[in-house]
Amino acid sequence: MDSRYARRYARLVTMPTSASTEADASPAPPTSVTSATSAPPAHGLTDVTASDSTLRRFLHGLPGVDTVGLEARAASLGTRSIKTTAKAYALDLAISMVDLTTLEGADTPGKVRALGAKAVRPDPTDRTAPAAAAVCVYPDMVPTAKAAVAGSGVKVASVATAFPAGRASLAVKLADVREAVTAGADEVDMVIDRGAFLAGHYLKVYDEITAVREACGTSARLKVIFETGELSTYDNIRRASWLGMLAGADFIKTSTGKVAVNATPANTLLMLEAVRDFRAQAGVQVGVKPAGGIRTAKDAIKFLVLVNETAGGDWLDNHWFRFGASSLLNDLLMQRQKLATGRYSGPDYVTVD
Amino acid sequence: MSERLSVLKTYKLYVGGKFPRSESGRVYEVSDSKNNWLANAPLSSRKDARDAVVAARKAFGGWSGATAYNRGQVLYRVAEMLEGRRDQYVAEVAGAEGLSKPKAAAQVDAAIDRWVWYAGWTDKIAQVVGGGNPVAGPFFNLSTPEPTGVVAILAPQKSSFLGLVSVIAPVIATGNTAVVVASEKSPLPALSLGEVLATSDLPGGVVNILSGRTAEIAAPLAAHQDVNAIDLAGADETLAKELEIAAADNLKRVLRPQPVDNADWSATPGTDRMTAFLETKTVWHPTGALGASGSSY
Repeated sequence: MDSRYARRYARLVTMPTSASTEADASPAPPTSVTSATSAPPAHGLTDVTASDSTLRRFLHGLPGVDTVGLEARAASLGTRSIKTTAKAYALDLAISMVDLTTLEGADTPGKVRALGAKAVRPDPTDRTAPAAAAVCVYPDMVPTAKAAVAGSGVKVASVATAFPAGRASLAVKLADVREAVTAGADEVDMVIDRGAFLAGHYLKVYDEITAVREACGTSARLKVIFETGELSTYDNIRRASWLGMLAGADFIKTSTGKVAVNATPANTLLMLEAVRDFRAQAGVQVGVKPAGGIRTAKDAIKFLVLVNETAGGDWLDNHWFRFGASSLLNDLLMQRQKLATGRYSGPDYVTVD
Repeated sequence: MSERLSVLKTYKLYVGGKFPRSESGRVYEVSDSKNNWLANAPLSSRKDARDAVVAARKAFGGWSGATAYNRGQVLYRVAEMLEGRRDQYVAEVAGAEGLSKPKAAAQVDAAIDRWVWYAGWTDKIAQVVGGGNPVAGPFFNLSTPEPTGVVAILAPQKSSFLGLVSVIAPVIATGNTAVVVASEKSPLPALSLGEVLATSDLPGGVVNILSGRTAEIAAPLAAHQDVNAIDLAGADETLAKELEIAAADNLKRVLRPQPVDNADWSATPGTDRMTAFLETKTVWHPTGALGASGSSY
């Protein structure tokens, strides 16, 4: 039945993926671009979320993803050579975009404090190194993390909503979020209910995101994790991206880092296209956060190329693009030391966490 | 019957248990002592050196943690494989060094024997340089030699095979991992050695072999912060001095070119090349109360 509606919303999505398109044609972002608004999403697409069927129609009306084209585009953008001053700029930018993450059952206050100290001053031997964007912890560690980064610009992000599975009742999820926000989290990373999404209950997912958005209040930015590795298809990732943005996400995030397939250049490219098209359509800018599996500076720079070539320079800022990673930071620092001294650095010269 | 087409060998690097071409895509011509072209060898860049160090570092935990007995078995296996390829090495050494067949064969035999000799040392070196120390207090005092880490080796320039084996074997026998810069003029025996190492249970990355301009590859290795020691056997006086200065930055162990090395490497080497890349760990362990008699032991 959905085929009737196919292509209805095709104009929303800039095609094809294999051409570098101009995002500049987008309308000037209105005031709603500013983050942390708990008001209902101020975009011109409110009608599509009126009911389950309109939402379903909208999401299934989005054009299908050209898998081959998408992967080829992501691979070709990965071949750019970024050297010397551009590399130095990219490394510093990437460091400033890292959400330094520790999400283990074995997290101790000591480990979180160490992580906070590292986020504030990633390279103690070189004070010109920028600080990381945030530390990302479980909700019960938020007060510890908050104290560890106090007085710096480093944010504290907390995962919530029964991370990483998301298999809990809405009440439990909202309590989880409220606790994190009350403890002072600047950002909340929620997981969507993949079961509901895959079963086609889009409105349930939508309502859950809006409820969490509300629970975040005005103080916390909301990152919505899709767990792309569990969504199986690129079409689903595109649908989830639009669903998340319609529901008022400040960031869309690829994955939890807890499954086999995490952030890949292709699925991040797809999400970058979605935020670009969403801004063109609704005038609201949404951030992107690939997480998990990005371990080397080389990979990180490839992602930055994707951002610049797809979403544009507006996203090249840690307010709009983040890396969810832990070991990545060490490699970035080693590369930075190499650029500064001309000598290859080694793991003895960065902190082990 | 028609004449067979010649099957030329593409010599490649040996890094991390694989046989990559140089990252730079460059090659250079290798010729014999009479300037006849033999083959093209990869002309490694500093990035190949960097990759080799990463591979060596990755292999260090497993190789240094293997039992000395196991390392000895693996090294002996290498010697067996070398023996099986003896004819190939005789031809390559004869070409590289301009030797007659019998003389080259003598070199190869000596190299294989030396490999066996070092294979026997893996589980004996600890007894020679370590042990219990008598101390003036109520302590057990034990010294054990431990491998220093990743060792960069500049292989001897003249002795392309016996010299090469004489510098690689002692380094890995004691549990270090190695990044080897082959002789600049005659790298082919070294590159072929990679094929032997790959098929003799030696874990990938324990030995990494690069060919190219010694000075170009050695400079980043000497300055590399994740290399723990450097063997300057293949460096001339000026280069050795430069590299030693660069190596001082992270206090690498440096083995200067030894006087004996300028000869034909035929003398029995002794343990010096093994002990040069060992760290001694000494543990003081209290013995507890000595009893009413107060007697020590």
